[in-house]
Amino acid sequence: MNMQLYYRRRLANRIVTIGAIAAAAFGLLCLAWVLWTLIVKGAGGLTLNVITEMTPPPGSDGGLLNPIMGSLIMTGMATLLGTPLGILAGTYMAEYGRYNKLTMVIRFINDVLLSAPSIVIGLFVYEIMVLQMSHFSAWAGIVALSIIVLPVVIRTTEDMLTLVPNNLREAAAALGAPRWVVIRHIAYRAALSGLITGVLLAIARISGETAPLLFTALNNQFWSINLNAPMASLPVTIFQFALSPYAQWQSLAWTGALIITLAVLVLNIIARTLASRQRTR
Amino acid sequence: MELTAADDVITHRVRRGRRLNAYDAAFRSLTFASALVVLILLAGVIIALIDGALPALAKFGPGFVTGEAWNPVTENFGALVPIYGTLVTSAIAMLIGIPVSLGIAIFLTEFCPITLRRPIGIAIELLAGIPSIIYGIWGLFFLAPFLQRHVQPPLIDAFGNIPILSDLFAGPPYGVGIGTAGIILAIMVLPFITSITRDVFETVPAVLKESGYGLGCTTWEVVRYIVIPYTRIGILGAVMLGLGRALGETMAVTFVIGNAHRISASVFAPGTTISAAIANEFTEAVGDVYKSSLIALGLILFLITFIVLACARLLLLKLGSRPSL
Repeated sequence: MNMQLYYRRRLANRIVTIGAIAAAAFGLLCLAWVLWTLIVKGAGGLTLNVITEMTPPPGSDGGLLNPIMGSLIMTGMATLLGTPLGILAGTYMAEYGRYNKLTMVIRFINDVLLSAPSIVIGLFVYEIMVLQMSHFSAWAGIVALSIIVLPVVIRTTEDMLTLVPNNLREAAAALGAPRWVVIRHIAYRAALSGLITGVLLAIARISGETAPLLFTALNNQFWSINLNAPMASLPVTIFQFALSPYAQWQSLAWTGALIITLAVLVLNIIARTLASRQRTR
Repeated sequence: MELTAADDVITHRVRRGRRLNAYDAAFRSLTFASALVVLILLAGVIIALIDGALPALAKFGPGFVTGEAWNPVTENFGALVPIYGTLVTSAIAMLIGIPVSLGIAIFLTEFCPITLRRPIGIAIELLAGIPSIIYGIWGLFFLAPFLQRHVQPPLIDAFGNIPILSDLFAGPPYGVGIGTAGIILAIMVLPFITSITRDVFETVPAVLKESGYGLGCTTWEVVRYIVIPYTRIGILGAVMLGLGRALGETMAVTFVIGNAHRISASVFAPGTTISAAIANEFTEAVGDVYKSSLIALGLILFLITFIVLACARLLLLKLGSRPSL
């Protein structure tokens, strides 16, 4: 037996083992480091003031009430706008045209849009809405976010409807139920938790989005729930405050960052649990 | 009388059937129209961007892509510097991200105890859930100072006397810059590449791996000669999907790139990317040519990422895999 070769092979194997473990440790370390800094820098600012007071002028204390409200309004409206459209489109792709050429094309383009850069969506909405209305508005922000919601919801709806066993549809059809009744009362009901997963994932995705809001909803230092006016949002406020030289603004930015991250991670974990339950059913 | 009653029932049923069929057709058309929205959206984005970019493209012509100037005062714009920044930061991200992602995927499929597989896998995937802006603020206040103090000075000293490397790692250590942006991007694409490669690694038939071990291969040899060759298309697809993400990433890069419109050989120098230039300058851009030049940058970015992402999806489709990332 060639001992030298044996030692060399064993050494190579050890190096790779250590490398792989180090890579995994690096990934976990990054997650821990990001979360740790958010807690250290942001948790101190988590007082009641955050949700009762407006964003302050430079150099004084305040809260994040208007950006939190703005984020909730815009995220909520964008979800309301994008979800029905996405579910209907996903329904066509899974129920009516599952094997169409056209569906294949739409499926492909939707998958590409799923990871397309969000800043381009911002530019697009600026072109079609802000320029036409000649002012920034929360509506433009809502449309931009709903364009990001759409591919996520389409994709999960299609996936989850495809998982529904055909036996169920055939059984309903044999009882004389027309197609749309089968879809509404059988397919949707069987895939319900999966559809909710898609919506949750979409909300998680847009609640941290900054780039598409920068030149659509812009920002607002004051309380405003007028959808035709610029509206504050947490991500854009974080962007502005973090890069400012004022200590109070920076600490509010960290608190906002902690709030967003916690919200997004919780949404992600809930969506994941729902999805795995749907798959194992 | 009885006959008419029966007739009534039948006509009633026929009518009801027709109505249900009409509902069916209406619902089908509704879903079809919604599905078409995806195509309309893609066409709309391209048309709107071309329309917005026209003034700049008309003024500068094809020279826009190769122009190095970026001067709002004289209204002379060229896309070369942001394109360069986008490509270089993404290249650095891939250089770091690919080996680390493959390492994690190998760890998860070959070395990791089964009970830890799920939790570690989920933790890595959570990295994808953290919003871009969070990476940005963390990168600016923690990663950049850390690199500035502990990583950049030793590298500058170490390569100071080696011809080409001394230019590549030239000081001063600002902390922010092209290299820092690349590192942040590497961390951000980790979860995407890892999760897809792990999935394709798991498609390798156990028989193949077992025959490798049966011949006396080490784990590394099984991975190197069986798993990786078997899954190379999937790995390439995963890498390109990660690349597509890195190219278009905006907020994190905007925080740590340094926002300087110039090309430097050093990876420690500040620079800019397409997305960072748009995010930083768009709301403050005065004049049609300036705005239009930024939109033209957006168009270029969209085309590049679209091609990369489309190739990635096609490669993965060949394997019958459609990652929903």
